Amino acid sequence: MSKDLLQVKNVKKYYVSKKGFLSGPPKTVKAVDGVSFTLKEGEIFGIVGESGCGKSTLGRCILRLTELTSGEIWFDGVDIARLSREEMRQKRQEMQVIFQDPGASLNPRMTIGELIREPLDIFMDRLTEGEKTARVEELMQMVGIDISYTSRFPHEFSGGQRQRIGIARALAAKPRLLICDEPVSALDVSVRAQVLNLMAELKQQFGLTYIFISHDLSVVHHICGRVAVMYLGRIVELAEKDILYRSPCHPYTKALLSAIPQPDPERKRERVILQGDVPNPAAPPPGCHFHLRCPYASERCRQEIPELRETEKGHWTACHLTEGVKE
Amino acid sequence: MNKRQLEMRNFVRRFCKNRLAVIGLFCFTLIALLVIVLPPLMPYTEAEIDIIAFNAPPGSSHILGTDTVGRDVLTRLLYGGRVSLFVGIVSTMISVLIGIPLGLLSAFYRGWIENIVMRLADIFMTIPSTILILFLVSMFGPSIVTVTVVIGVLGWTKFARQIYGSVLTVREKDYVEAGVAIGQKDRLIIWRYVLPNAIAPIFISVTFRIASAIILESSLSFLGMGVQAPAASWGNMLYNAQSISILKNCMWMWLPPGLTLMTTILSINFIGNGLRDALDPKTALE
Repeated sequence: MSKDLLQVKNVKKYYVSKKGFLSGPPKTVKAVDGVSFTLKEGEIFGIVGESGCGKSTLGRCILRLTELTSGEIWFDGVDIARLSREEMRQKRQEMQVIFQDPGASLNPRMTIGELIREPLDIFMDRLTEGEKTARVEELMQMVGIDISYTSRFPHEFSGGQRQRIGIARALAAKPRLLICDEPVSALDVSVRAQVLNLMAELKQQFGLTYIFISHDLSVVHHICGRVAVMYLGRIVELAEKDILYRSPCHPYTKALLSAIPQPDPERKRERVILQGDVPNPAAPPPGCHFHLRCPYASERCRQEIPELRETEKGHWTACHLTEGVKE
Repeated sequence: MNKRQLEMRNFVRRFCKNRLAVIGLFCFTLIALLVIVLPPLMPYTEAEIDIIAFNAPPGSSHILGTDTVGRDVLTRLLYGGRVSLFVGIVSTMISVLIGIPLGLLSAFYRGWIENIVMRLADIFMTIPSTILILFLVSMFGPSIVTVTVVIGVLGWTKFARQIYGSVLTVREKDYVEAGVAIGQKDRLIIWRYVLPNAIAPIFISVTFRIASAIILESSLSFLGMGVQAPAASWGNMLYNAQSISILKNCMWMWLPPGLTLMTTILSINFIGNGLRDALDPKTALE
């Protein structure tokens, strides 16, 4: 059993609207509301959920790109939520990120060579100029970008190529944890598989650990080991992907899974269609956040917030119903 | 061809599409060259008095005539041009050097620095600047250096506000966050990520500012608070030509400085307009 690399404990991120003169009491949006999970070294951990559920905010909290409201993030024995800005900057060598939109996340005024070289200048400054150049070329070859393109600018590349450049840049300083925030959502379907396979390959090669944030369940199924499903800032279900996809417990997960397009028209499947919309995150319903849309909601769901409980070994669900089943 | 070259070429093309801008650039370069190169080659110096020719009309020995005390108008025009361009360019540089760092830092870090700097800018902008400049210049004594420094220091707010605005937009971009995530130091994030992506609109304001600083210096000199005789500036040449009889009978004393001043300002403003069009990618090529 490999050791724990990352432990996220009860992380909360609340956004409070500024109190204006006439705007009434300030509103609080609980973007991430008490999320906990543990990540083993070498794992690919998926986080899925519809837009606005807080999955990207969670990723940004773990990277400290936004300050958390409360909670702890233990990375390799250190609570990075308590590090100073400078200490955190040093830690960034070990945890890197791949962004959703590769067009927007590469500085348009820097060449590809400069972009990939930058992490080396920051964290591997004892390398000589020549060694750095060699490393940049090695990284470019690794992600499949021709090394003759070093002095070109990001806008001269296609979406898929830019994302590869983003990956090369993230890997340059040899990180251990890579947080991928919708890394293939902005890409063409034809390129998507290439980038995913590249990421899987690199994981093998360097023993990386991924947190893979996505709204696309098929992509998550393709690449991840364990998967967490988020709804309105909370994890509602967490399990090994096979268990989760085969026998989901939470009604929300069921509905999500039933919405995956089925390539075989002969195979009929029960389609769970949710009523209504995601509630306003500034004013979520009391009790289980999902009860307004849940076909099985009971009186208890309307009042009490369900805890995330382990219903089977390694299968966690936050639902009063599964608890009843178990007991 | 890489991006920088391509950008440069498109930039030049767009600029050249604006005829007035090209004419402006040509005139401005010509004036600047004449003003820099010619003065030492002139047969007179700016303060030299020709005792046999007061109020002499243009003629063979004084191409543009002489003024009321017998100084060569052409020579003074050229020396005055040096002063005007110096005041315009150097005071703008001072404004930029104060305004850009302050605006940049307050937009990047927000918080207390933002409050202090931007409120200070508000205060500066509420003060009627001409009166303040008159006051300061009279306190420190009118000279080229005082005028330049005072115009420059008081002009920082415009640049601070402008860069503040564009940095507020740029700092929210994904690539800035990517720079933070990669572990880059704040200093280099500002230098490599924020500044290059926020600076473009400043180039345009710089040209307009040079023009208005030249006018301001001329107005000060015209009010007698600028560059003092015997040193020449376009403004004080006009100041010396105030009386009705000179305005009526000695056109050579005020027309040349007036016209060159006008040409210079127009040229710079045309260049500014051309820059604005050229920096806006939406301006069509062809």
